[in-house]
Amino acid sequence: MKEMDKDVVILGGGPAGLAAALRLWDLGVRDLVVLEREPEAGGVLRQCIHDGFGLTRFGEALTGPEYAARFLEPALARGIPIRTGAAATGLTAGRRVTAVTRAGLLAYRARAVILAMGCRERPLGALPVAGTRPAGVFTAGVAQAYLNLHNAMVGREAVILGSGDIGLMMARRLTLEGAHVRGVYEILPYPSGLPRNLLQCLDDYGIPLHLSRTVTALHGAARLEAVTVAAVDDRRRPIPGTEERVPCDTLILSVGLIPENELTRQAGALLDPSTGGPQTDQFGQTTVPGIFAAGNVLHVHDVADDVSREAENLAGAVRRYLDGHLPPCPVAVRGRGCRQVTPGRLAGTESAVLCFRPERPLRGAVAEVIQDGRVLASRRIPWANPAQMERLTAPPLDSRAPVEVVLRHD
Amino acid sequence: MEPCYDVAVIGAGVIGSAVARELCRYRLRVVVLERNPDLFGGTSARNSGVLHAGFNNRPGTKMARLCVEGNRTFPRAAAELDVPFRRTGKLIVGFDREDRARLEALLETGRRNGVPELRLVGRAEIRRMAPAIRGEFALYSGSTGVLSPFQWNLGLAENAANNGAEFRFSHPVTAARREAGCWWLTAGGGTVWARWVFNCAGLHADRVSAMLGIPGYRIYPCRGEYFLLDRRLADCLPLPAYPVPNYRTGGLGIHLTPTIDGNVLIGPSTEYVGAPEDWATTAPTQALLLEEGRRILPGLSRADCIRTFAGVRPKLAGPDKGGYDDFVIERRDDLAPGVVNLVGIESPGLTSALPIAREAVGLLAEAEDLAENPDFDPIRRRPPVFREADEAARAALIARDPDYGELICRCEEVTRAEVREALSGPLGARTLTGLKYRCRAMMGRCQGGYCQMRLAAMLRERLGCRPEDLLYGPEGSWLFTGKVRDDEGNG
Repeated sequence: MKEMDKDVVILGGGPAGLAAALRLWDLGVRDLVVLEREPEAGGVLRQCIHDGFGLTRFGEALTGPEYAARFLEPALARGIPIRTGAAATGLTAGRRVTAVTRAGLLAYRARAVILAMGCRERPLGALPVAGTRPAGVFTAGVAQAYLNLHNAMVGREAVILGSGDIGLMMARRLTLEGAHVRGVYEILPYPSGLPRNLLQCLDDYGIPLHLSRTVTALHGAARLEAVTVAAVDDRRRPIPGTEERVPCDTLILSVGLIPENELTRQAGALLDPSTGGPQTDQFGQTTVPGIFAAGNVLHVHDVADDVSREAENLAGAVRRYLDGHLPPCPVAVRGRGCRQVTPGRLAGTESAVLCFRPERPLRGAVAEVIQDGRVLASRRIPWANPAQMERLTAPPLDSRAPVEVVLRHD
Repeated sequence: MEPCYDVAVIGAGVIGSAVARELCRYRLRVVVLERNPDLFGGTSARNSGVLHAGFNNRPGTKMARLCVEGNRTFPRAAAELDVPFRRTGKLIVGFDREDRARLEALLETGRRNGVPELRLVGRAEIRRMAPAIRGEFALYSGSTGVLSPFQWNLGLAENAANNGAEFRFSHPVTAARREAGCWWLTAGGGTVWARWVFNCAGLHADRVSAMLGIPGYRIYPCRGEYFLLDRRLADCLPLPAYPVPNYRTGGLGIHLTPTIDGNVLIGPSTEYVGAPEDWATTAPTQALLLEEGRRILPGLSRADCIRTFAGVRPKLAGPDKGGYDDFVIERRDDLAPGVVNLVGIESPGLTSALPIAREAVGLLAEAEDLAENPDFDPIRRRPPVFREADEAARAALIARDPDYGELICRCEEVTRAEVREALSGPLGARTLTGLKYRCRAMMGRCQGGYCQMRLAAMLRERLGCRPEDLLYGPEGSWLFTGKVRDDEGNG
């Protein structure tokens, strides 16, 4: 097979891949290609028909497809090559990319690769839910795709497990389409979704949210007939005697997103167990030189706007990499009182944005960047919420000692 | 009136399908009546997928003889029917003197049954074969293997269908009467008329046997729960590893088995249950399985599990007795002429399916002269599997058929061509899980999160049905209530 040389191959044409491609092009990197496995670019945005996208990036409320068009249309206008129907199946540490298309296999030899594969939903099998395995159990994204892309209604009487944002969206969407949503059950003592979604998707429709409760078993041989829900203790274990049988024909799972890193693993890049994404430095470079990552493949974001912004910043770094100007990143970053701290390494020669999430809800919190016992940056966070990713900028550093991101009570 | 068949086979599991296939070697009109809407509705699709060696079965029983024969002749069957299998070998590990005595007894049983390649091995050899496995000593069985239970069932059924057997799905047999030398079976809202009936009803074989006039059997459903682990863990376990079996409970003990498709199974557990199709998993057993799995794969997390499921063994040995009762393969002309009765076909039924079928068809051949079918073709081919092809072969597949260049299931790398093939032919998939078992789409780590919408659309297109008529698995397992908007766009 003939290999094509490329400056940059971008794996995925969703919000991250499109934003990175557009910015790279505008920075003068023209020898690039976006590989998208779907017949159309846009990723999960295509099935998100609700609005609320673009509030921070464009200052207006857009639907998912409208938001995607803000990147796709200029990309197409510039003639950026986006190969749809091209599923990347191979990535080596030497940056050889293979992809499957109806026209044959493609192989690229890339100077830089941008991972922009997004994430997938955690399936039922990964949860300690006993009982039968009937029809009527859908992850929230699958239910969303059935309703919004395939014109198929998934049920009449629904229970939502997990208060992630897509689950909240689906609670509202199912209600609007005539189903009865009995409630949202969240194993944690606090909700996982964004406050605005709790308000607009549950409160506005009178859908109850049950905290510290989870689904422990499914019933029904053919189609789901009921679920058992139970209260959980502080270690998330069901408390005997609290079980309750809730009749329903549909269970929607919104129990977490997993960054999609099979290709990352193939290339031998190290993953961060906390985020599920690759370990990266402040330039988005993984532990394999020339392989970069941005968006939900790196760490799951709250909103698409943040994904786009991260990918646009990454494009700048990749441009510098191609020019041979990326500095080394010897400074390790650790978190305390927070998790999913990204990036894991800093150059020290320039400032860097650090992302993290609180370990638990905290009122009156302060976040600090500390090195050698010195507070280099700090910010008050009136209400730190694990559902919301926080950011703090670390200034250029004098030392190469590890940097700590600390979240604590003020 | 329905045409008369020579033989009606009740059940399209691995036994019914093997019987149908063996019957097709003769000039016989064969119909297979299956209660489920597709294949894979019962025990044949819910098991460990192990090609057993036969050292665990009482010498002199049909079970022992047919298992050893099934194991020995499996390579030929697999070659004819294109069924993936691999002789992995197997370790039954022990720790103490009591275990040692049991393993020696198993070794002796195996020798008496004619099982090849059996020996006791020490700690060093265990480590060499499977570094993750702990044990002081073990019985090593070289002829044990793993196979695809789905392709085995499908291969037998497809080959039977290609040789003229008719398969009727959603045809549970609800009544049977014998009149004018024929059996009249009420099934699927109609009547099927056949000179012979083969009872291959698995979990329901006792009921069907009684319906046909042979009372006295009772199937004791015995559930086994499983964890299916992510492919990433496959390297940890090159061959099945079992603890020393516990005869009292009648199962093999919780064991770990690599699947032919590259996953690892933890299980099955052993628990007698009240209903033949009680496939529910239970929290205590799940916790136990995870604990057992962690002994061999330290650091195993619940998140490494991509699916939990249960199978049910159709046992003749009840909970008070335990262990195994022999396969029943009989003709009882005194009670029910024209019936070949197969009851209690539990493990090692998957391994023994073809020898069982040959024995059963032999009972018919004793009663009447069978004319050979000169057109019988024992060969069945499955479409090329994209995942298994190297780069050059993949390029060739796509050049020949562009549908091979469209990935539908990314986890298992299943292409549109493979889904299309799984939907086509006389035994094309009729349900979403039927499609899954045929081509492996939805069997990977995302469990259909990416591909199931497309599979449902392709299935609907092939069946030409409304959304509300689409089935996930068994009868009644509807997926949709209907359309969100009608064709004019009104909700």
